[in-house]
Amino acid sequence: MAEEKEPLFSKQNKALLTDPLDDNNPISVQVLGICSALAITVQLKPALVMSIAVLFVIIASNVIVSLIRNLIPGRIRIIVQLLIVASLVILVDQILKAYAYDVSKELSVFVGLIITNCIVMGRLEAFALANGPWKSFLDGVGNGAGYALILIVVAFFRELLGSGKLFGFEVLGHKAKTIADSTGLYAFGYENNGFMLLSPMALITVGIIIWFQRSKNRKLIEN
Amino acid sequence: MEYINIFVKSIFIDNMVFAYFLGMCSYLAVSKTVNTAVGLGAAVIFVLVVTVPANFLLDTYLLKPGALSWMGEEYASIDLSFLSFIMFIAVIASMVQLVEMIVERFAPALYGALGIFLPLIAVNCAILGGSLFMQQKDFSNVGESAVYGLGSGIGWFLAILAIAAIREKIAYSNIPAPLKGLGITFIITGLMAIGFMSFSGIKL
Repeated sequence: MAEEKEPLFSKQNKALLTDPLDDNNPISVQVLGICSALAITVQLKPALVMSIAVLFVIIASNVIVSLIRNLIPGRIRIIVQLLIVASLVILVDQILKAYAYDVSKELSVFVGLIITNCIVMGRLEAFALANGPWKSFLDGVGNGAGYALILIVVAFFRELLGSGKLFGFEVLGHKAKTIADSTGLYAFGYENNGFMLLSPMALITVGIIIWFQRSKNRKLIEN
Repeated sequence: MEYINIFVKSIFIDNMVFAYFLGMCSYLAVSKTVNTAVGLGAAVIFVLVVTVPANFLLDTYLLKPGALSWMGEEYASIDLSFLSFIMFIAVIASMVQLVEMIVERFAPALYGALGIFLPLIAVNCAILGGSLFMQQKDFSNVGESAVYGLGSGIGWFLAILAIAAIREKIAYSNIPAPLKGLGITFIITGLMAIGFMSFSGIKL
């Protein structure tokens, strides 16, 4: 097989890892997996946990499906894929409930919604069904990381501007009841923009990220 | 009264798209023209009305802690709720398949119109989201869950109809090149969501 002669990190394989970060980002270019990306980006911590969960599910499901890709009958492949993904998500959900109960409460139904996260299904359909396990693994890592990148950037701005915190630490100083008691930026009368915490701002933030990315990378512009 | 309350709330206040961002993928991908948007929206309403009550029954009589007590005393302590994801998605996937066959057999015209959208619905997050929210909301009977499914479907339908109409309208507008297509759609959806937030003050 030609695949086995290829070095583990050939040029092609490296592209599988780096493409989804920019040129072929799952969220801003392929338009996959938006649903969960927006609802859980109020703070960095749930966004990070969600990224790790999706990264795990996408890598594991990519590898499993690519291992059994020749055994799955074409007609029922969607149901088979859904069942594999659903079992992995149950695993993630149980682990989160056991070790990070607060975050799992915060993420609520969105852990379950990883099952129908279009990134996972999209990559299974478009890549894992046609490629070997190692390539699928790299593709999973790349796409999971591309998803995580957008999630973390959005959550960073929303938490910083919305509540003046990062990971729950008050990076802009402490806000007390009066300006005189406050420290940091708040001592100059700075106010948090509570609007950033509301759901519509997630959409607008992603819109601005897309704007920024496409003005840097002009070949992505749609006609 | 309870039914009207759930109905209005699920359409406007807890709108699937604007409050929870569910079903965004197909919302963005299939909203280029009004005709296809109407087709997909109708299919989503239909599937939600069928799957939410079906999953409610499954949850109440099979999955909830203590749900198996109808089988006898010794089963009362069994908690199968960790299986709910896999059960729900199996119900949804098979229901979509069933709906597809029924529509093809009895309403070929509608089948032709919906075409490729029907199978895609199985992986629409709004459908699974409807079932998961139903589980969280603890409805007291099957009627309430059916009304919730109907309301959520209509809310999703309204959202995709509105964005499709706007996109048809702005197709010829002078938008900065990097914002064209996806970017401007995101920002418009954000503005619409801000509009929908005005419903959140309504007490029912």
